[in-house]
Amino acid sequence: MTSAEKGSSLWLDAWLRLRRNRASMVGLVFLFLIGAICVILPSIPDFLQDPNKTDLLHRNLGSSGEHWFGTDHLGRDLFSRVMFGGRVSIAVGLITTFVAVTIGVVWGAVAGYVGGRMDAFMMRVVDILYALPFLVIIILLSKILEPYTDELTVWAVDLIAGKSATAKQLNDTRTWVEPLSTLVPVFVAIGALSWLTVSRIVRAQVQSVASLDFVEAARSLGLGHLRILFRHILPNSLGPIIVYTTLTIPGVMMFEATLSFLGLGVKAPNSSWGVLIQEGANFMLTNPMQLLFPSIFFSVTLFSLNFLGDGLRDALDPKAAKD
Amino acid sequence: MFKILLSRLLQSILVLYLLFTITFFLTRAMPGNLLASERAMPEHIRAKVEAYYGLNKPLTTQYAMQLGNFVQGDPGYSYRLEGRPVIEVIQQALPVSFQLGITAMIVALSIGIPAGCIAAARKNSLIDTGSMMLAMLGICLPAFVIGPILAEYFGRKLGALPAYGWEAGTPNTWILPAITLGLAYAAYLSRLTRAGMLETLSQDFVRTARAKGVPGSQILIRHCLRGGLIPAVAYIGPAFAGIVSGSLVVETVFQVPGLGRQFIKAIETLDVPMILCVTMIYGTLVILANFVTDLAGAWLNPRLRKSA
Repeated sequence: MTSAEKGSSLWLDAWLRLRRNRASMVGLVFLFLIGAICVILPSIPDFLQDPNKTDLLHRNLGSSGEHWFGTDHLGRDLFSRVMFGGRVSIAVGLITTFVAVTIGVVWGAVAGYVGGRMDAFMMRVVDILYALPFLVIIILLSKILEPYTDELTVWAVDLIAGKSATAKQLNDTRTWVEPLSTLVPVFVAIGALSWLTVSRIVRAQVQSVASLDFVEAARSLGLGHLRILFRHILPNSLGPIIVYTTLTIPGVMMFEATLSFLGLGVKAPNSSWGVLIQEGANFMLTNPMQLLFPSIFFSVTLFSLNFLGDGLRDALDPKAAKD
Repeated sequence: MFKILLSRLLQSILVLYLLFTITFFLTRAMPGNLLASERAMPEHIRAKVEAYYGLNKPLTTQYAMQLGNFVQGDPGYSYRLEGRPVIEVIQQALPVSFQLGITAMIVALSIGIPAGCIAAARKNSLIDTGSMMLAMLGICLPAFVIGPILAEYFGRKLGALPAYGWEAGTPNTWILPAITLGLAYAAYLSRLTRAGMLETLSQDFVRTARAKGVPGSQILIRHCLRGGLIPAVAYIGPAFAGIVSGSLVVETVFQVPGLGRQFIKAIETLDVPMILCVTMIYGTLVILANFVTDLAGAWLNPRLRKSA
């Protein structure tokens, strides 16, 4: 059977439309590349140099065969710092967005489906949260949660490496667990406040889908509210959710970088792109590469995500495709 | 109309009250003791200091006291700068941040809106794609990348503009911080303006005007601008809020002695009255900005007025 006879599904249509959007496809390719090198390379044991190993005899070096991106002011290898930092930044983007989108979808879907007073109340909460100065609250929240991260790190390392782990295993586990566990305050703080737009969009979408005939049919079959909401309405609202998920990730990554830049996010010696940019900015005069490399990686990632999000919006939601 | 204004006012007061409450308890939950950071303090002095700031009273009493102080417009004394009233510090910092914010907003509007209009008028041309690519770049390059680069290039290499600092009387110290802060919003505004203009340009009355022989520039400015600006104007409120918090970064990069710097310092030193005061100012600004945006939106779009 050929594909022409099969007819085309919504998703196939969307994919075909997306494929025609050159900027989005370039973005997708870049995301795969950056994702691949920043997630895979640091995960291979002993492949990269230790990102935290200082070498005071070889500080602020330029690019060379041994240090591809040169070294920083403490003689640490910048290439592996950019890779490890990228893994942290990407993890922050994905995990926090997941938190935010989950809250937003549930909140918006319930408000849109239940309607009436409940809806008015839930949306008023969103309005009020919108009126708060975000960054300020995020800074306060992450500051409050900060002291608990050490315990969390110890707990997580024990859990993952197991009780009988050797010192080397413990250390290896620690190198990748610690940057993440110190970031939990950031995940929570940003995630707790980034769901507002998603909830508004989901609510509008749920309201419009809930009035369609097939929902009426499901209801007349006697299905429960939860089942109707999560099995019938939400899957049909997936397009906008996916689009805004893609567009939330860069915003969240920007928040993390901003916090780290202000010295409130990732803690030394761990790195994220935000931290590296901040460190690089201090040594711009002597070694501009230190600012340039992390900035390029960070900006290209955001660039790609934004273009992909725009393309997805055009592809999944042709009605909204205006700009 | 009066009823709407009244309900808006009540809602704003509620928001500010909630913001105060959230911030108060957040600052109380912050790790560390504000008196513990200094060298060890004898017990009787410590008791006196605590009494001075009202820290020996139960939390709810402290909360009520602070709230009363804020309602009366006097947040009390700073913990960090001993003996200095918070109000005095704010009086020095607020005008600086205000100048920075306004200048950045002017940068954003005067770049973003013309760029969006031109891109929409020449849809799919080189100018259009080029400026939209630039806009995307502006969105993706954070202020803390643009800032140091601008400071380095214009400040140090060319020596044309001061690379850091802020003098209220000399506007050339404002230029780099304002551009750094305004660029991202210029980028967003240009995208929104383009979208709004494209939508308006595709409407029937534009075709009629074209058929009547109205020149293109006239159609753009006289016929479409008002309708096409609606999405951009709706964004000015959030943009202003963003500029307010974005100034945290820019003030750090350029060492501008504004509210943002005071806030960061206050956070680092647990200066609770200062944190509360700056947060409340930010909150008020965001609410005001949103309110003005809604008014402007209603003015631009008569359909909104009827439904409101």
